[in-house]
Amino acid sequence: MKGPLLQVQDLHTRFETYRGTLRAVEGVSLRVARGEIVALVGESGCGKSVTALSIMRLIRAPGKITGGRVFLDGEDLLAKSEAEMRDIRGGRIAMVFQDPLSTLNPTFTVESQITETLRVHGVASGAEARSRAVELLEAMGIPAAKDRLRSYPHELSGGMRQRVMIAIAVSCQPELLIADEPTTGLDVTLQAQIMDLLASIKQERGLATVLITHDLGVVAQFAERAAVMYAGQIVEECPVSQLMAEPLHPYTRGLLRCVPRLGRPDVPISPIDGVVPDLVNLPDGCRFAPRCPAAMERCGQAIPRLYPVGGERTVRCYLHEPPDAPATAREGD
Amino acid sequence: MWGRFAGHRLLQLIPVLIGVSFIVFLTMHLTPGDPIEHMLGQAGRITQAQIDELRSHYGLDRPFHIQYGLFLRNAAVGDFGTSYSHQGRSVSEVVAERLPATLELTLFAFVLAIALAIPAGVFASLRPQGPFDRTATVAALLGISMPGFWLGIMLMIVFGLRLHWLPISGRVNLALIPQYVTGLHTFDALLAGQWAAFWSALKHLMLPGLAMAAPMAAMVMRMVRSSMIGVLAQDYVQFARAKGLPETAVIGKHALRNALIPTVNIVALQTGLLLSGNMIIETVFQYPGLGKLAVDAIAAADYPLVQAVVLIYATSYVLLNLGADVLHAALDPRVRLA
Repeated sequence: MKGPLLQVQDLHTRFETYRGTLRAVEGVSLRVARGEIVALVGESGCGKSVTALSIMRLIRAPGKITGGRVFLDGEDLLAKSEAEMRDIRGGRIAMVFQDPLSTLNPTFTVESQITETLRVHGVASGAEARSRAVELLEAMGIPAAKDRLRSYPHELSGGMRQRVMIAIAVSCQPELLIADEPTTGLDVTLQAQIMDLLASIKQERGLATVLITHDLGVVAQFAERAAVMYAGQIVEECPVSQLMAEPLHPYTRGLLRCVPRLGRPDVPISPIDGVVPDLVNLPDGCRFAPRCPAAMERCGQAIPRLYPVGGERTVRCYLHEPPDAPATAREGD
Repeated sequence: MWGRFAGHRLLQLIPVLIGVSFIVFLTMHLTPGDPIEHMLGQAGRITQAQIDELRSHYGLDRPFHIQYGLFLRNAAVGDFGTSYSHQGRSVSEVVAERLPATLELTLFAFVLAIALAIPAGVFASLRPQGPFDRTATVAALLGISMPGFWLGIMLMIVFGLRLHWLPISGRVNLALIPQYVTGLHTFDALLAGQWAAFWSALKHLMLPGLAMAAPMAAMVMRMVRSSMIGVLAQDYVQFARAKGLPETAVIGKHALRNALIPTVNIVALQTGLLLSGNMIIETVFQYPGLGKLAVDAIAAADYPLVQAVVLIYATSYVLLNLGADVLHAALDPRVRLA
């Protein structure tokens, strides 16, 4: 079957706060092909996680998805009933979160948390679910898997907890995995092990993955394509190799300059000046303009579109506007 | 592991009881009021010789520390002496007669409070500041602020005297007293299949039970609500939803179990207060239980009886806390290691 597995079109998610409307995600579009790893990159608060939760339709009051569409294999998830969504969550789209200690329920055993998922999706129950749980833990590289079933999360190490969480996520053979900062908070050795595990799962099961991270090292190593988010919008999207070799958007360039270069002590680390804009009071024009070293007058007036710049690459910056483009774009286009 | 834990805690009961008994003994002896005078009342002409005889009969002429020592020695073998105010019946007998009534009332109030508080707290937490939450908050504020005796009197006036729905005193219609098995009339009536007696006993429990349950229900409800609000914001609740679990399982299983952990201690504390509230409520409702017995015994300077009742209260406090710790460990695997 052709067509992308996941297609997000012009997604808008807002939160009504006492200060006003917080525009967390505005006009995000994203495509993920079967078996592909796409990274969603950006700093804290840029809307990566809200995008993920919107795809899962797990945004709760005072948040609301106010526009856009999310297609999974051509089916519009935003049009589904809550019961249909429950089958999709954990069944066809699974999610792993940042901190496995707070993500696993402290009062239930590993066994109960794995078999519960298998049962609710009708995959297996009783003794069969139990043996499936052991297989899953073994596949995640957990030694003495059978004994671990009786463990509670606090009795496991950080890496083991992360493996248990991934085991739960892949237990019902999902087509898409959304990994929200899966390695943040783990030490570097564990980060590599967990990322290798995710890569091998992807290899074996053909699992498409949306990898949400702020770690450009992880992106460079594991992702095939990357979308860079800033203040609720995607500012640049392209294959990772291009992103690393030649970032186009000034924000992406800034991000890459924040990463220390191994063996290149002569290249200074330079942070991006200024702060992320307040999502309740966004600037009129390009959201990065107030911090952008290359900002022009028009940058402060209207938001640029995502301009195609050859191949699969798009950039939201007037510097890369094709000569024949219309003067301005609608907001969030 | 459980046996050692519980055994250890039960041993701690001994010093607690010795301390409590000493304080009560001392207080009773310092309080004005002579038990012999109470006993004789207006019996008319009594000689000093007769008074002295009674005093020595009950050992009240001996020094304080000897009296206390004797009490301890006898109590250790389960002999709490003779009541001064109940025509020479033994304290154990008098207490045994009243204990089931109080157990029944306390149990009823406890179940009522929990049955109201937990669902209300959970429901309120789902939409904080919503209509249900606001109503429940006002109700809880009333429940906490109204003194038990006043609430008791109001309930009597409204449901007993004006509406004639429920009886305002006693335990059961005296013509229907079921055969004694546990001493808890509702249970005994059920065991004997006497529906009329069961219904009568239950109706007698309603008003005093409600008056006792109100403050506890209010406190527990607030606790469940705030702890649920905290738990619902946790990642594991989000993850449970992401696993595709229905909302009933997310709330009722994953969230509630964690929210109950801090609630257990509040429940234990409040049940302790429930017991002490007994004395007031039982007096207001003329309910023949331990609380009313204690009040009457204090008024009559009936030292042995007061002593025994207070020890029962102290024991139940300690057992309650033990129960809370066991339940805490059962709910939260993280405390089992300690």
